[in-house]
Amino acid sequence: MSNKHHLELTQVGMDFPTAKGPFNALQDVNLRINKGEFISLIGHSGCGKSTVLNIVAGLYEATKGGVILDNQEVNEPGPERAVVFQNHSLLPWLSAYKNVELAVKQTPNGRSKKEIKEWVEHNLELVHMSHAADKLPAEISGGMKQRVGIARALAMEPKVLLMDEPFGALDALTRAHLQDSVMEIHAQLGNTVIMITHDVDEAVLLSDRIVMMTNGPAATIGEILPIELDRPRNRIELADNQQYNHYRHEVLKFLYEKQRKVESVNEHRKKRSKNKVGATQSNVA
Amino acid sequence: MSKQQTVPMIFNHVRDMNWPTLNQFLTATALPIVGIVIFLGLWSLMAKNIDTSLGTFPGPKAVWQQAVVLVGEHNAQMDKADKFYDRQEQRNATRLAKDPDYKSKIRDFTGAPTFFEQIWTSLYTVMVGFIVASLLAIPLGILCGLSKNAYTAINPLIQLFKPVSPLAWLPLVTMVVSAVYVSSDPMFSKSFITSAVTVSLCCLWPTLINTAVGVSSIDKDLINVSKVLRLNGLSHVTKIVLPSSIPAIFTGLRLSLGIGWMVLIAAEMLAQNPGLGKFVWDEFQNGSSESLARIMVAVLTIGVIGFGLDRLMLALQRKFSWDKSAVLR
Repeated sequence: MSNKHHLELTQVGMDFPTAKGPFNALQDVNLRINKGEFISLIGHSGCGKSTVLNIVAGLYEATKGGVILDNQEVNEPGPERAVVFQNHSLLPWLSAYKNVELAVKQTPNGRSKKEIKEWVEHNLELVHMSHAADKLPAEISGGMKQRVGIARALAMEPKVLLMDEPFGALDALTRAHLQDSVMEIHAQLGNTVIMITHDVDEAVLLSDRIVMMTNGPAATIGEILPIELDRPRNRIELADNQQYNHYRHEVLKFLYEKQRKVESVNEHRKKRSKNKVGATQSNVA
Repeated sequence: MSKQQTVPMIFNHVRDMNWPTLNQFLTATALPIVGIVIFLGLWSLMAKNIDTSLGTFPGPKAVWQQAVVLVGEHNAQMDKADKFYDRQEQRNATRLAKDPDYKSKIRDFTGAPTFFEQIWTSLYTVMVGFIVASLLAIPLGILCGLSKNAYTAINPLIQLFKPVSPLAWLPLVTMVVSAVYVSSDPMFSKSFITSAVTVSLCCLWPTLINTAVGVSSIDKDLINVSKVLRLNGLSHVTKIVLPSSIPAIFTGLRLSLGIGWMVLIAAEMLAQNPGLGKFVWDEFQNGSSESLARIMVAVLTIGVIGFGLDRLMLALQRKFSWDKSAVLR
């Protein structure tokens, strides 16, 4: 059976074994992704976003359902599904260049020595890191490390680029800078991207579709919001754009009304005092 | 530029250089000296008041004198050896001149080993034992760190043999070496093999355990990187495992070498293998009025060499570690 979708998640479910029996983290996740699409996964902490990403990466094996990429089942990690990790995960003993080179050498496409060198340099150029190619990760800033991490992932020429909160550990200015770079690269290369984020603005700015997840346990996809804003997108123009703000509103509504995780302090107090009253009453009774 | 201007410039330059402040100098250099001086004072005070059957306990002065005597004895012995070889050469030459078919025999000098020759024997033995142990322990440690099953299988054995004293091993090692290592023209002497094997048996464990712990606590993200890159077993070990567990491996190696050095002295004393331990034992049996001072020289030498070996390992760690900024102590 052939399908026209590029990447397909069907009835994906995940149970983690714990001391008290299996913990059902994820249930019935169905998602079809087209080639070149930019997908954001958003949801509260612990909702299983990372689990979904790890299953697509092949680092976890789904207990139910499965993932199909270009008609092939995903059951182990591989360079065609490159991952950009949250805290860069560069090998600290290798320079930026060597980190990217390791990835290139592991990608099977029979490059000559000269071609490898060119390809590594090209990818460092793409993320504007050529000037620090010979620096060790400890010698460059957090934003620069993440750039090298992205270059490493891109250098594997992945079919799908998986990003696990890639900018979560960065300050706001650096983050904005990197978001622009990612948009630029996505426009240039047209990779399929799945990105986990906590940042509503980031999700709306970058994505073609935002996948919003319900709270765990047994988390699943709550809503999918298509973002129909013209590319290239400019964060300054969009800040004043009605449609953009509407999308933000939708995501915020989902996160803080429909899937509210943390109750406000006042409500929490109310509940507690109610319980106390209930408790004393029962004692009296 | 006139000379008058140059001089103040040099003066300024010298002043601006990164001299340690008085405070830094005091802590770094003066405090250790104060400690040593106090130690020497207490030592000489107490030594005077300890009377043994071999005379009063040697103070720093007596020990220093014996150290000088030991150097003198070594030089005298070396002289003797040189003369012995000279005579031998001359004799062989004259006999060869008389009879061209004569096959000259070279005999080794058979004088008793001096203090410095004993030091050399001990150093050589401990290094061989330590290197053999490390070559076994590091790969085994990596295996235990990578595979939980291997660790579970090997761990009881580690725990069982780790606390065994080298002196318990020694009789067994001696017997096994004499039974197994039979050769008419042995490359190494039996006593050397016995000492080295005993050192190895005790050097294994710290390296093994530290390597296993280092390997099993590699950053999970780096392991995921390795999986995504599909690194095969060998490159996983060389590119990810070894670099990240270098600090732990070196901690183990330093502990092992320290233990090995202690074990060797004990083994040499008990088994009468040549080396510093035998020197101590011989002096003890000799029981002259200088014996205690000579033993004290050996004690201090053992300490200095142990310290030196640890510094050597530290220097090696600095060379091999990728993290040059790490503070090593």
